[in-house]
This record gives sequence, structure tokens and C-alpha cells, in this order.
Amino acid sequence: MTDAAAPAPASGTTSATPAKSAPRRLPLKPGEASGGARFFAGLLVIGYALIAMIPLVWIFATSFKSPPDSIAYPPEVIFEPTLEGYVNLFTSRTRQTAEYIESLGPPQTWYEELVRKRNMVISGPSRFADRYWNSVVIGFGSTFLAVFLGTLAAYAFSRFKVPLKDDLMFFILSTRMMPPIAVAIPIYLMYRELGLSDTAAGMILLYTAVNLSLSVWLLKGFVDEIPREYEEAAVVDGYTRLQAFRKVILPQMRAGIAATAIFCLIFAWNEYAFALLLTSGEAQTAPPFIPIIIGEGGLDWPAVAAGTTLFLLPVVIFTVLLRNQLLRGITFGAVRK
Amino acid sequence: MAEIVLENVHKAFGDFTAVRDSSFTIRDGEFFVMLGPSGCGKTTTLRMIAGLELPSSGRILLDGEDVTWKRGAERDIAFVFQLFALYPHMSVRRNISFPLRIAGLPRREVRARTEEVAKLLRIEHLLDKGVGGLAAGDRQRVALGRAIVRRAKAFLMDEPLGALDAEFRDVMCEELRVLHNRIGATTVYVTHDQVEAMSMADRICVMNHAEVLQIGSPGEVYDRPATKFVAGFVGSPSMNFLAARGGLPAGARAIRVNGSEIAIPETRAPLDAAEAFLGARPEHIRIADEGALRGRVFGVEYMGARQLVTVETEAGRLRVRAPNTVRVSDGETVGLDFLTERLSVFDAATDRAVPTAAGGANG
Repeated sequence: MTDAAAPAPASGTTSATPAKSAPRRLPLKPGEASGGARFFAGLLVIGYALIAMIPLVWIFATSFKSPPDSIAYPPEVIFEPTLEGYVNLFTSRTRQTAEYIESLGPPQTWYEELVRKRNMVISGPSRFADRYWNSVVIGFGSTFLAVFLGTLAAYAFSRFKVPLKDDLMFFILSTRMMPPIAVAIPIYLMYRELGLSDTAAGMILLYTAVNLSLSVWLLKGFVDEIPREYEEAAVVDGYTRLQAFRKVILPQMRAGIAATAIFCLIFAWNEYAFALLLTSGEAQTAPPFIPIIIGEGGLDWPAVAAGTTLFLLPVVIFTVLLRNQLLRGITFGAVRK
Repeated sequence: MAEIVLENVHKAFGDFTAVRDSSFTIRDGEFFVMLGPSGCGKTTTLRMIAGLELPSSGRILLDGEDVTWKRGAERDIAFVFQLFALYPHMSVRRNISFPLRIAGLPRREVRARTEEVAKLLRIEHLLDKGVGGLAAGDRQRVALGRAIVRRAKAFLMDEPLGALDAEFRDVMCEELRVLHNRIGATTVYVTHDQVEAMSMADRICVMNHAEVLQIGSPGEVYDRPATKFVAGFVGSPSMNFLAARGGLPAGARAIRVNGSEIAIPETRAPLDAAEAFLGARPEHIRIADEGALRGRVFGVEYMGARQLVTVETEAGRLRVRAPNTVRVSDGETVGLDFLTERLSVFDAATDRAVPTAAGGANG
């Protein structure tokens, strides 16, 4: 903002500038809430945030409980934290007799000690790390593909004369009109024929296809917001069309791409039904794996909670990293630059 | 520096004809203004010269070289957009130097030329600022800077002052003209504002409905409009048109308007149509006791030294620009006297001006 109090700026600046910025000095802009209303609004937001956080806090707390604590009734709010859930998550164990454990000698590591207290020995790593890695590959891979293809398609739909443009856009949208799971059986059969069942490539392809409609529609909105003049100016100034797209349009689409990428990632990361149906061994992702972590006498709740906590992290980190872009992206250019 | 020649350039978007078979030459170093209402094809013409739009048929020559099918980047032409199209993610310096950096000039030269242009436009103090916070006038200057810095063969400007406040537009109008005189590069300037066109142009090209109606100096366009549309579009308040009787032979010296004979400059061609229009600018009509036409004063607007009197006559309503010394009041009956040499006659069927001894035929 130009400093309104400063003396007339050096020659060449319009004299209208200081006059225009002067009203910004007023204490209250039109549409701005008064102190009391803002306090009340703040209270509401904090209250809602607390309620929304309860399940997250509960899961986080459970991941540090011991199995008996996790199923205690009434629930234990104050408890002795333990890493048992995380150890159980990453290992598979077998129950042994006390004599056998005795014969093994003293435990080598802190996690072995933790396990032996329950009369168990570690028989090897669990499959959680593999499942988690599958989620990362499939989630980020499909997000990248959906956003990459979506950006190109959105640019083309926004800028070029595409025959049957409206029909094509509607067709793309229509893939969203029924729940994806409705086509689960045909896809299952197709994937079995094509050898895509239980492969990372198959899952990436599937999630890309589901996300592409969202990505094309969202990104087309963002490209439409960018005036054509930018590319035209760049083209007249010596760029080819592709260079103009890369160097001038793409930087301005950053916010939109970030917002779209987050939406795509959240879907691909959280997807449960297809993952359950189409993956079992090789390419299974974390969502169908976590709920079936079995402990002694039923589900191992601390391990499930530990898995869920770790599972939440990437999306949280991704969102926090891109939060500025996201905020600008979601407002959809409603705020004028 | 370049001469731009359009030969039978035609542009259609589907069924819609944007520019119909236009041919004209823009002379080297001239300030050429394309004037017309929105949708008349002036911007499309400009975009075809820039290479942003390809003509459906015809040729465009730049300095004798056929550039019709060349990409914009290969034409060495600079374009200033109405909305400036400054790259929001770059500073003023990077915006101005953008075309030079694309061309791959050495860094030292890029710097020197950028600063030279900034100095010329008096925006050196803004060079390292972002373009987001600039006032409209400064954005305009940056956009101009980006165009000038390349030393392109020609500047094309698409309503570059359209986004500015009215008062500031006058300032920029003058600045642009001064800049043109200094750089001397061929400039094609598109606007719908006839005041802008009149004040800046060496020559004006008036377009309407995809057609070029007249090309001439501001004086020619104003004094000897080629068609009724040009006559009405240029000048404010616009020319008065009186329905008149046609069927004049070549050499006629008067025309009948509602029973009265009004003297006109001697016609050089016959006017065969049964109906015609007599065109008279408000300043070319005098309020007199005895006049060729009589009417009742309908309204008076004071405009400083002059006043604009609306007179209701049998032949229609007329606006007369009269000095303040003439005292008239509403409802009064007055006589109207016409300045014979400055009148135009239009064929009602074709809307074209009838050539007269005063030259009312576009040459």
C-alpha cells in the first residue's frame, strides 16, 4: 500500500494514489465486524474446533495406551503412556511359554522387552510398513497423474475450440454421478482379465480415473480466471504457446493446482472400498489393512490407533505445507489480485 | 519502423463476419487510430496484425514481407493490452525486461535497456516493486515499457486507456502522443472513444459492422465524413440529420428539407435515391431571426462559453451550438441558418455521402 502520509511521490506517479488509499486508514472497513461480534465468532469457531478434534485426540491417546487400558470401562483419560501399540503395529508376535522365553536370555532391545512382558516374542516385522508404502505410492502417484492430466485438459478446454466441448465436460462430470463403488464388480472382473488386480499400477489408474473429473472441473475454473491476455502478451513477446503456458500460466495456477492436489490426495489416500475389493496381497493399501490388525482376543485397539495416527500424518503435513495456496485456491479468485 | 499493409483481409468466426475484405496501408511512423463501436472488428484487425488471430483470407505485409501466417513471436511487433496483462508473479523490472530475457540478450544489456525505458516513462523508482500494488497509471506505464523495450517494428495498442479514470486518460493521451513523437515507431491504436482518436491520431480509420468506412486525418473525418455513420459517430454532440428530398442532379446547389430550400455546396454527382439526409454539425448552424428553417426552442444547456440549444423543427429535432451572447428561452420560435460550405448530404439508401464541391466525398 502506498503511504498516504508521505509527500507527493517522485514525478510520474499518479496524484490519485494517495487519495485512493486514504480511506483504508478508517478504523472499521464496511462489512467488518465490531469487537463484540468478533469475540463471539471466535468463541464459536474454537468451540466447534474442539468438538471436531475429540475423535482425533481420542485416537491419538489410544495409540499410546496399553491394550487393557484401551478397552477399560469407564474410559481412562489419565493413563500411563506406552509404545506398545506402535510396537505391535510394526511387528508380528507369537505367544510362548514362560520357560521358552526364559531360555532366550535377556531381551536385546527395548521393544523386545515390551513384548516379552506379555509372554510373547517377536517373530518378524508386520506388513504395515509395506501397506503404508503402497498407500504412499498409490496415493501420491494417482494424485500426480490426476493433476498433471487435469491441468493439460483444463487448459485445453478453457483455451481451445474443442469440438463438443460442453458435452465432453458434462461427460467428464457424469463419471461422478454414481457412487464409484457401483461399478466395483465390472472393474473387478476387468482388472482380473487385464492382470491389474492387486497391482499398484492398477490402483493408480483407478484413482486417477476417479479423480480426473474433479481435477478437470476444478482446474478449468482456475484457468478460466486467468485472462488470455497473459499468454497473448507472452506469445507476442516471443514465447511459443507451450512456453507461455509453462512460464506464464502455470505459475499463476499454483494455488489452484495445490487445492486440486489436496482434494485428489485426500480421496486416494482415504479410499477404502476399492482397496478392499481389488487388493489383497501385493498392492494392499493401509486403509483396508489397519482395521484388521488382530491382537489377542480380538482387535488390537492400540495398534489400530497407532496405525491410524501414522496414516493421518501425510495428509496433515501436505495440507499444512500448502495451506496458503489452499486458502487462496478455495476462494477461487473471488478476491481480486 | 515499419509499414503495415493489409490486402483484402477477411475474418469470419463461423457464420459471423468480424472483418470484411479490408485493404489499407498504415504508413511508416504514423499514429494510426482504429475507431468504431464495440464489435465492429477493429480489435480483430489489430489481433490479426499481431498474429494472435489468423485471417480467413487476405494478406498482411510488414515492411514488404508477408507475415500473414507467421507466429506472433516472429513478427517483431509489440502489443499493449487493455488490461495491461502484466505478469503478476514478476516485479516491474522483470515485467519490462521479459521480452529481452526471452530473446536471450546478455544480462548487462537487459539491465541497461530496462533502466533506460523506465527512465523514459518515469517509473525508475518502481522497478523493484511488484506489479500488484501499482496504481492504474503506473501499470499502464509498465505495460508500455514492456512494449517499448524491445524496439519493435510497430506498437499495437488495444484500448490501452480504457481501464483508466476519465481525468487520468487525458494525461496519458498526451503522454502517449509525446512518446510517439519521441520514438517515432508505427503505432496502431484501437479505441471506441472518438475524442481520444481525434486528439492523438495522424490518421483515423473508422469501422462499423466489420467494414472500413473511412480512413483520413482527424480533420477529414470530421469535416468530410464518408458515411452517415461516420458523421454521427465522430463529434460530440453528434451531427444533426434532417430528412431531405433526394433526386438531385449533379451540380445541384440546394436541397429541399420539409418544403424549404437549403443551400448546399455544389454536388459533384447525382443523387438518385428519393430520400436523402442533410447533415449539419451543431456548430455549423446559426440561430437567426430569418433562417432557412424555423423551429421552437425545446431546451438550453449551458456549456461555459457556449450553449447547446435544442430546437424542434418540422423536419426533426436539431442541436445547435451557439455563443452565450445569443439569448433564447424555451418555447421561443427561432430561425436557423446553415453554414453552406460545411454541410454534408447523405444518400438515405446507401448512407454514403454525396460528393460536393466542399469535398464531402472522401476525396
